[in-house]
Amino acid sequence: MEEASAALASQGYLAGRPLALAVHLAAALEQPLLLEGEAGVGKTEVARALAAASGARLIRLQCHEGIDVHHAVYDWDYPRQLLALRAAEGGVDEGELFSRRFLLRRPLLDALEAEADEPVVLLIDEIDRADDEFEAFLLEFLADFAVTIPELGTITAARRPVVILTSNRTRELHDALKRRCLYHWIDYPSAELEREIVHARIPGVPEAIANRVVTAVGRLREHGDLYKLPGVGETIVWARALMALGEDADLDETLGVALKVHEDVERVRSRGVLDGI
Amino acid sequence: MAFEPSVLADRVTDQLAALATGLRAQGSRVGMGELLTAHLALEAVDCTSREDARLALRAVLCSERGDLVKFDRAFYDVFGEGRVPLGPSPFDELEGVPRDVLPHAGIPATAPPPRDAEAEPTAVPAAWSDVELLRHKDFATYTDLEMAMARELIARLARRGPTRVSRRTRPSRRRGHEPDLRRMVRGSLRTAGEPIDRVWRAPSRRPRPMVLVLDVSGSMTPYARMLLQYLHASVSARRRVEAFAFGTRLTRITHELGGRDHDRALERAAEAVVDFSGGTRIGAALAALNRDHGRRVGRGAVAVILSDGWDRGDPDELALEMARLRRSAHRLVWLNPLAAHPEFAPLTRGMRAAIPHTDDLLAGNSLASLEQLAVILEEI
Repeated sequence: MEEASAALASQGYLAGRPLALAVHLAAALEQPLLLEGEAGVGKTEVARALAAASGARLIRLQCHEGIDVHHAVYDWDYPRQLLALRAAEGGVDEGELFSRRFLLRRPLLDALEAEADEPVVLLIDEIDRADDEFEAFLLEFLADFAVTIPELGTITAARRPVVILTSNRTRELHDALKRRCLYHWIDYPSAELEREIVHARIPGVPEAIANRVVTAVGRLREHGDLYKLPGVGETIVWARALMALGEDADLDETLGVALKVHEDVERVRSRGVLDGI
Repeated sequence: MAFEPSVLADRVTDQLAALATGLRAQGSRVGMGELLTAHLALEAVDCTSREDARLALRAVLCSERGDLVKFDRAFYDVFGEGRVPLGPSPFDELEGVPRDVLPHAGIPATAPPPRDAEAEPTAVPAAWSDVELLRHKDFATYTDLEMAMARELIARLARRGPTRVSRRTRPSRRRGHEPDLRRMVRGSLRTAGEPIDRVWRAPSRRPRPMVLVLDVSGSMTPYARMLLQYLHASVSARRRVEAFAFGTRLTRITHELGGRDHDRALERAAEAVVDFSGGTRIGAALAALNRDHGRRVGRGAVAVILSDGWDRGDPDELALEMARLRRSAHRLVWLNPLAAHPEFAPLTRGMRAAIPHTDDLLAGNSLASLEQLAVILEEI
């Protein structure tokens, strides 16, 4: 447990105890971990930090609308197959054409075919962007860690990778998929933790800047009346901006770093939300 | 990892079972698989630490954010210490009319209509003409019997919804889209490497996300029952539908409306909404929709607001939030039961503020108007 926490911290990722425990369990039980949370709280970063800390290879599958098996697992290199067919003037047999020479490996196949002594962290990012059909496929994949390629046969993982899924909750995931996973909701960090995060991510940041930025971001999140709240990523960029501009730079003037909706910026300025920081 | 049942696991089995029962009683789905994993999880952490055990169980037994509160309640109930008392259900606090309004929406007071009349309207002329008459009848004047008769029609209307072009492709006969290389390679094998047959793939169509927002305030009471039926039918018939209800506060009722059992779904929704038949603050409700559920009203969604526009809130706020909603949604439709009246003019402050930001204004007081909505949705 403490190992998980320390490992993440060694990569500059400071996790609260519940998150560290969830990560520890995901590795110990060999169960996928589903991370949900507002944008910018560092869901993807967990996988990166975990991979770097455990010396594992990070394999990332970015989900998108319309993603299917051929984007996620494998595809055949059709242009080369056609060329080979033409070059051989039909003298190619089918087995040769659908052999590994023409196989394009996509992230999930990569993760399955990792050597037994090579640990892998598989990040399935923004699963909510994929459609139901892909989710159903994924459910099967996560159950067996095996895929069947009709021309080649079944490929099974020599060693189960640690799997981390993230979702932005643009839609509800299927119950069956959720039940297969451990679940953790990443909240915005406390002011104290966020200050530590700023220090960890920007070594040498002046205390005054870290304080100002964390207080400002906290006030924006508390304000509650904004369309899009700033995430931890924004906090870090804001601190960098202040370092570039000098410690006394005006927060209102640099508001565009943290807020990306015009109405939000207007509202914060007109109500003087950041006054006195 | 091998699973070796330990003495510890034996002892906690009963307690875990009680915990699962507590969670299920609150509507969470906890199966046998989760229970087994919970045992494994307890072995994987330091069990002398109450907090670690709690966190481990929470990670295993919860599958969405709403489960966290339920879990904490169930956990304290079973394992004691710092017990959080279960408050009375909001449903119990409701009384009289508000409580009676919804749960019984679909239950006819008299005998239900003959089964075959519903299934095959054409075969029974009398029943068909009944349904035909219903089409233009105002929802406010429906009897319970008519509500039950309309149910099937509403379900059929709810199946018709907006679609959009997907990035997924499917084989197509029409030439001109992207070539289907997979099939071409296969075909070329047969023709000595010569790609003679040209085959194509064309984009398919998928359901476009839809967000339905129903006004359940006092002035909407005559219509809310039937429109809620429409919401339920939409949620159960189509994918990617989100349903909300509001009076003074916005409540998400997608989960509650799910499931096949019509009456229970409406009952659950009524329980979830605490401000039935109260006041209206449309602007505040839309503000909550834009902020807390902004991601669900993604750029591609069709938003449908079902409200009469009587608003006790601030019209400026309403205009602002409508503008925001229209910018984030693909299309914004307003169903106003009052608009069916021939002399209807958008005179209420709320309606005047909202109209400049709506793409379509429809009546929404009868089956015919819901049919109109279905036609518009299909064209999107």
